[in-house]
Amino acid sequence: MALKVPCPNCGWRPSTEFAWGGELRAIDAPDAESDFARVFLPANVAGPQEERWFHLLGCRRWLTMTRDTTTNELG
Amino acid sequence: MTGLLRHRTYLPARELRRAYDVVIVGGGVNGLSLAYHLAAEHGIRDVAVLERAYIGSGGSGRNTQVLRANYNTPETVPLYAASLARYRGLSQELGFNVQFSTEGELDLCHTEDSLQVEREKSALNRALGVQTDILGPDEILEVCPLVDLSGGGELPVIGASYHPPGSFARHDAVVWGFAQAAARRGVDIHQGVVVTGVQVDDHTCVGVETSAGPVSAGHVVSAVAGWSTQLAAMAGVRLPIVTHLLQAFVTEPYRPVLRGLVSSMDLTIYVSQTTRGELLAGAEIVPYSTFSTRSTFEFLSEAARRSILILPFMAEARAMRQWGGSCDMTPDSSPILGPTPVDAFSVMAGMGTWGFKGAPIFGATMADSIATGRVPDLIAPFALSRFREDRMVPDAASAGTH
Ligand SMILES: Cc1cc2nc3c(=O)[nH]c(=O)nc-3n(C[C@H](O)[C@H](O)[C@H](O)COP(=O)(O)OP(=O)(O)OC[C@H]3O[C@@H](n4cnc5c(N)ncnc54)[C@H](O)[C@@H]3O)c2cc1C
Ligand SMILES: [Zn+2]
Repeated sequence: MALKVPCPNCGWRPSTEFAWGGELRAIDAPDAESDFARVFLPANVAGPQEERWFHLLGCRRWLTMTRDTTTNELG
Repeated sequence: MTGLLRHRTYLPARELRRAYDVVIVGGGVNGLSLAYHLAAEHGIRDVAVLERAYIGSGGSGRNTQVLRANYNTPETVPLYAASLARYRGLSQELGFNVQFSTEGELDLCHTEDSLQVEREKSALNRALGVQTDILGPDEILEVCPLVDLSGGGELPVIGASYHPPGSFARHDAVVWGFAQAAARRGVDIHQGVVVTGVQVDDHTCVGVETSAGPVSAGHVVSAVAGWSTQLAAMAGVRLPIVTHLLQAFVTEPYRPVLRGLVSSMDLTIYVSQTTRGELLAGAEIVPYSTFSTRSTFEFLSEAARRSILILPFMAEARAMRQWGGSCDMTPDSSPILGPTPVDAFSVMAGMGTWGFKGAPIFGATMADSIATGRVPDLIAPFALSRFREDRMVPDAASAGTH
């Protein structure tokens, strides 16, 4: 089945309307080491992951939501 | 020579010992290739392969079997050319028929942009001794008369690159061929053993924790593809990897109609016919990361639509089965092979969509590196340290699908 993404503005929409923005990566410290980790060393969690989605073919807003990467269950 | 026709293809049952010279985590084609090469080329036989499910249960038994050397960088072309050369003699070497056959790969272009990428690829490949030619529409039909040059009336084909060395090998035969050849030389292959921890003592790896108890090791190698970040994290090592789903479908079997691989660079679709007669199609990874291997309906309908645009006879074929497998994607779409900041802990990771074709050379070079303590020149550019050193090997244009 199509993965559906719950957009707070548009409701449940097919994931094909969105661009996946990757896992949410916090800025830990303003230094080169944490920049490197943020860009190159994702946690790649197997389980609930906070991540970014952009509703490209909808409200065109960036959203943050939680998805279980082992089941793809969202919200 | 034996092969999958033998009714009893089996591995000897051996007891899991408490210590080995080398422990390899992951019983896919890469872990097994490494085990085989350690034993066959270096006489290192005190080796265990620990596989949590059954051998070949990961990407190694799920891939679309494409072997080729037409990559896009001066580092990757020689690597995959060396692997293809090893594949050519692999059945004889292993004493196991891996059903290797060279049938050519045709990559269609529908836009000037993608044709330009292919022209540059062809020039690079030729400079490195790999045959990749640019074809015009007439020549395309000589190679494959079934191609619809109008692209279903939607996307006319303007040219193609053709890679005559493009080949296939039967995926589970390669897995079993390496496994049996390694086991015959004394390697212990343990299925149903989950690695749950990696023991590190003063920056040096000394063994693993498993569902069957602790096992100490002189060297531990992670070869778990989609689960590489999880396994490396057990040793305190972080990897630049995100796990994605790659999918494929097959139709019912038909008499031979299609020879070699036909793909479209712009549509990201590729089609071949297996030795069993099934038409086999694949496309690009699912854009969001996932550890689920459930195949999606969008994939089936999209891949079917695209394949019909280039090969109209696909409209008559009936889809039979679809599946997916985990791919450990790196930022530059190239593998990560070699040591890590933890001594005696190495990785064969970032296998992405290219780990099947690379397995013979990845295993051989990693075995060299472990046996001699020196990283062979061929894989030196693929060190984990390249990301910090800003020396990536960007190959996304040729490594996106298969
Ligand atoms: C649909 C699809 C098509 C593809 N097409 C191609 C292609 O045409 N050509 C190509 O070159 N490549 C292709 N690939 C990629 C290729 O299949 C993989 O890169 C390759 O199989 C990886 O092999 P591996 O041995 O590194 O890992 P895998 O075969 O994935 O094996 C890893 C093993 O590790 C085990 N494991 C994981 N965690 C643990 C643990 N904690 N303890 C013990 N064991 C563990 C798993 O059970 C698994 O068996 C494709 C992949 C897919 C999914
Ligand atoms: Zn929206």
